[in-house]
Amino acid sequence: MEALFSITVGILTACSIYLILRGRSFPIVMGLTMLSYAVNLFLFSTGRLVLNQLPIIGNQAEYTDPLPQAFVLTAIVIGFAMTAYTIILAVRVRGELGTDEVNDPQAKDGEGNR
Amino acid sequence: MELALIVLLPFIGAVLPYAVMTRSHRQITLVTAAVAAIGLLLLLTLAPATLQGNYPNFHHEWLPALGLNLSFRLDGLSLLFAGLILGIGLLVIIYAHFYLTNNDNRPKFFAYLLLFMGSMLGIVTANNLILLWFFWELTSISSFLLIGYWSHQSQARRGARMAVAITGGGGLALLAGVLLIGNMAGSYQLDQIILAADSIRNHALYLPALLLVLLGAFTKSAQFPFQFWLPHAMSAPTPVSAYLHSATMVKAGIFLLARMFPALGGTPEWFTLVTLTGLTTMLLGAYFALFKTDLKGLLAFSTISHLGLITMLLGLGSSGALLAALFHILNHATFKAGLFMIAGIIDHEAGSRDLRKLSGLRKFMPYTMILACITAAAMAGVPLLNGFLSKEMFFVETYQQHLFGGLSWIIPVLATVGAMLSVAYSIRFVHGVFFDEVSEQLPKQPHEPPLMMRMPVMILAGLCIVVGIAPMIFTAGILQSAMTAVSPWPFVVDIQLWHGLNYALLMSALAFAGGLGIYLNRNELLTFNRQFDYQNAKDVFAKIVKAATNFCDALINRIETGSLQRYMAALLIITIIFVLPEIYQISQLTGARAQQPINSVSVVGAVMIAFAAIGTAAFHRHRLKALMMLSVVGLMVSLTFIHFSAPDLALTQLVVEVVSVILMILALFFMPQRVPKASSGGRVARDLLIAGFIGGIVGAMNFAILTRPFQSISDFFLAQAVPGGGGTNVVNVILVDFRGFDTLGEITVLAIAAVGIHKLLNNLRPFMPSSDADGRAWHHVKHPLMAKVVSQMILPLAFMVSVYVLLRGHNVPGGGFIAGLITASAVILQYMTNGVDWVKERFDYNYQTIAAIGVMIALFTGLGSWLFGHAFLTSWFTHVDWPIVGEFEFATAMLFDIGVYLTVIGATLMILANFGQMTTKHRPRQENL
Repeated sequence: MEALFSITVGILTACSIYLILRGRSFPIVMGLTMLSYAVNLFLFSTGRLVLNQLPIIGNQAEYTDPLPQAFVLTAIVIGFAMTAYTIILAVRVRGELGTDEVNDPQAKDGEGNR
Repeated sequence: MELALIVLLPFIGAVLPYAVMTRSHRQITLVTAAVAAIGLLLLLTLAPATLQGNYPNFHHEWLPALGLNLSFRLDGLSLLFAGLILGIGLLVIIYAHFYLTNNDNRPKFFAYLLLFMGSMLGIVTANNLILLWFFWELTSISSFLLIGYWSHQSQARRGARMAVAITGGGGLALLAGVLLIGNMAGSYQLDQIILAADSIRNHALYLPALLLVLLGAFTKSAQFPFQFWLPHAMSAPTPVSAYLHSATMVKAGIFLLARMFPALGGTPEWFTLVTLTGLTTMLLGAYFALFKTDLKGLLAFSTISHLGLITMLLGLGSSGALLAALFHILNHATFKAGLFMIAGIIDHEAGSRDLRKLSGLRKFMPYTMILACITAAAMAGVPLLNGFLSKEMFFVETYQQHLFGGLSWIIPVLATVGAMLSVAYSIRFVHGVFFDEVSEQLPKQPHEPPLMMRMPVMILAGLCIVVGIAPMIFTAGILQSAMTAVSPWPFVVDIQLWHGLNYALLMSALAFAGGLGIYLNRNELLTFNRQFDYQNAKDVFAKIVKAATNFCDALINRIETGSLQRYMAALLIITIIFVLPEIYQISQLTGARAQQPINSVSVVGAVMIAFAAIGTAAFHRHRLKALMMLSVVGLMVSLTFIHFSAPDLALTQLVVEVVSVILMILALFFMPQRVPKASSGGRVARDLLIAGFIGGIVGAMNFAILTRPFQSISDFFLAQAVPGGGGTNVVNVILVDFRGFDTLGEITVLAIAAVGIHKLLNNLRPFMPSSDADGRAWHHVKHPLMAKVVSQMILPLAFMVSVYVLLRGHNVPGGGFIAGLITASAVILQYMTNGVDWVKERFDYNYQTIAAIGVMIALFTGLGSWLFGHAFLTSWFTHVDWPIVGEFEFATAMLFDIGVYLTVIGATLMILANFGQMTTKHRPRQENL
């Protein structure tokens, strides 16, 4: 199970990095969103993978670690704020410059426009 | 306390000239002078204690962890310098009152002057090396401002830049030296450092530390090869030159040498470096002073020469040499400040300070001429004036050293040559300006300055005479005290007018004869000097600066190409480089923790996430498709949370996912509809490689963590959630109670992000296509009836659910975040299905206010616990019995959660509703925050 989880996190990270390396704003926003999923899963898993031990005080003998959960909960909301901000930034840039490219159009090495 | 006040006073006082700027010029001068005068009075009240050896001090810890303390101490050396700074400062302020014209910005001038005065006082009274350095840099900055005071003149700007580059650069070297010394001595407190002198001198790092400190001192005091900035600083107003470039700032380097002498001095390295630098500077300065045609230029080079003389004495380092150095610091400050003021008077009253144009002024300015004669004679070292005494002492020291073995005689010879040159340029200053026929090139009819403008010079000239005749009466006390601070050897302060016939007197006589001879044959010397093609220091400096900027430009052009993709790639590659060695250190990836068995549900979920993620990346040019796949990832992540015992996370992720996808679909509307060509093959390969590497590293790290046992601090939270926080949902209790402060910060960030987005949307003119990419118009029914009906029915239900989720959150999954997001998405649904106008008619709240109220509620709930004498955000709860509902728990944490709830609603709607309105007439146009 642990291997499966970490492979999934690895794939999520890799895909998000690939998206972040694109030259237009929308894929980058998607990449950042996906990267925040990966990061959240990673942070969450520092409490280890535990089945059926909800951190709700009741009749259980053992509980999963609630602290990473609390951190990740706030991280999700902050991640939303960041995603929203980058999206609006992208729209604003599109409005101001008429393009969604993230490279300086005068970039000297000809990278960009992609 | 008074001591700290002396330093602080000028800084506070610097606002005073501005406070009275609308009043008369006289008042501006008066308040400035009052600051200096009060400082001087305070200093005089402290002086007796210092002279008796009870050094007044002030100590306040500032950053004790870094060894930086606000620590001041007034020993003899500090007293000597502080007296010069305040005394001459006061005279300069009076002088400047008459010097400045009506076009000059007086408050600015006096404010800068006071800033400088305070910085200088800080240097000389600091008892902490880092503090000393701090004030040292402040003098560089304030002198930059003063030199560039006439900022409309390019010359002034250039001179100021050069001065700040050289002295500021030296300051950085000094900081490095200071840090080394502090390390060696184990403290940055000066008194401690002097106690640790032996261990510093025997330390392996002694030489680097010495070199760095000397670099700082030599740049500041214009010692060879850094002397060139001083003549260019002469573009400053003359009072500034009189103050900074004769009496005070350039003496800061000398002060530092004297200050550090007990800790660093007395070694062969010190002797060789400092003595030879001083000697070279003295000769060079005196030689070039001869050929300057600008009065201030002559004085600038003469200052360089005299600073060299003092440096050389400090380098020789015997008790007699140290005494001579201190005495000459005092003497040079008096006569040189006076001479600068005279140069300013001549410039002011005759309209020029060019020696080629000036002559015969004695007829028009007889009193000024007398003052010039006295001060110039003191500079030349004429008997019965103070300059004579210190110069004699200097001569004695030069032939009493035997430091160069058989070649030691060369030092007195060169010293005599320097003195000859000094005599020659002193004669030139007086003779050239005041004697001979009246020049016909004078720009205006010269006349005597106002008495009060002459007064400061009269006082200084008077001091030259008084000290020259009765040195022991006026200076023995302060010199005795200053020597105690500087000299590690036993010493006697005994300055006599007449030592009998000795070598020193012979050297003096030779100097006068030679100086006169040089002056009389100056034309031959001038011809001789013309054969050499001197590189103008300014040009060399400009060339170096140009080369440095060109190099940096080239470097920046290479690195900063304007391609964000390139930056990202570089950033990620560097991350990989840093992380790889660490990963390599892990000998075994799999840890000791027992692993969970794989179940089929997990496999399905993982495969879906993987496929959707890869799909998003692969189809990123088909944006709608990619977005759909991304949302699959989000939802699967939510399921992952629930699978691994995190219901709160699952709920939050679910609602956030909904809101983010709506937002991205909205954004898609404003994005270009067609996405042109894809990246080249090489670039894709490179990106895939980077992405694969990082993904692999992250996955491996995650696996290593997951398979290792761990310890957590969570047992405390689990044990205390019910008795301490009054809730069974530990995650929620942590959020609103144990770590409520974090949550408060977090909702504040959320609100700030929303405000930022609100600002970004202001006055935005987005591209709004009227048809899709293939030219098909949008459907004419914008708000389908079915959707309208369903969404309107959902709204009250959603509200009810959200309130329920909010209230129960303390005990079972739920809470303010989730509830807020549910409410927000229900409202957004109304915007989408019914249109902005429909919502506005019914629900026209200001979302900014809601978010602000939310943050306020959370904050005041936290503050409320202060009323009951508890720490910030301490929670309290009780159980009440409600009719029908039954037992109900009430906790202040609930109030806090309501704050969170409102903030989330407000912020989310601020973002989404405002953004959604972009396509309508309601879009934000003005700055209506």
